[in-house]
Amino acid sequence: MSSVPITHILFVSTALFFIGMYGFFTRRNMITMLMAIELMLNSVNINFVAFNKYLFPENLDGIFFTIFIVTIAAAEAAVAIAIIINLYRSHKSIDVDDATEMKF
Amino acid sequence: MTASQIIFYIISAFVLGTGILSVTARKIFRSAIWLLFSLIGIAGLYFWMQVEFIAAVQIVIYVGGIVVLIIFSIFLTQQSGKEMPKSSMTGGIASALAVLFGFVLSCLLIWQNDFSLVAKNFDWTVAQIGAQMLNTGDGGFALPFEVVSILLLAAMIGCIVIAMKSPNLKSETLQTQNPSNPKE
Repeated sequence: MSSVPITHILFVSTALFFIGMYGFFTRRNMITMLMAIELMLNSVNINFVAFNKYLFPENLDGIFFTIFIVTIAAAEAAVAIAIIINLYRSHKSIDVDDATEMKF
Repeated sequence: MTASQIIFYIISAFVLGTGILSVTARKIFRSAIWLLFSLIGIAGLYFWMQVEFIAAVQIVIYVGGIVVLIIFSIFLTQQSGKEMPKSSMTGGIASALAVLFGFVLSCLLIWQNDFSLVAKNFDWTVAQIGAQMLNTGDGGFALPFEVVSILLLAAMIGCIVIAMKSPNLKSETLQTQNPSNPKE
């Protein structure tokens, strides 16, 4: 297990973060943008767990941060989907380019 | 190469491959299914790191909760078999370049930093994690736990209020919004 250096785990999480960022930049559908955000949050969680396990094994702070991030991500996804469904009712579309009422 | 290393690289390739497919698939339902596989792969990564509690949390909340929620909202809002319109070519290239630049920069930062590994083993049981989470003393996380509970309650009530259908209010807002809709 320790034969894999921690930098490789960090490379994986960095790649996942930027995959999520690419999806966030290119997608125009709100649900797919939400999925990209979930990927980015997960890459951060991998980082927290890896740091906690390999660099600070006597503490548990990374584990708790991961748990709280997962909880807040769940709350965020629920609120975002409620907003998306409400937007679909009034606009019949969940494309970000179609929701421009508040654009200056 | 030991078996552990091989397993790590297989899981990593699986996570990254399904992640890329998730953000590039043209059909939204397939995108959600690829996201599901990516999240399962991340749970496998936690199992590989022997942090079983977080792996279980990952499976229960992400795979069992959030992805199901996303799939429900896909079914509620659009035809899942329909292909999404392609994004613009220049936008795709620009974002790919930006993402590549950021990725290379972060990798350089990781590469140049030498992490001092600790020889100590990470052997916390779930009982210890729970005891420290609800501990009000030194190093305890009782206050963040309560704050997060309030946040979840607020999110739940907020979701119900936002997504609740109120026909009178909806028709009123539509009537007031439509004439003042700026067409630019």
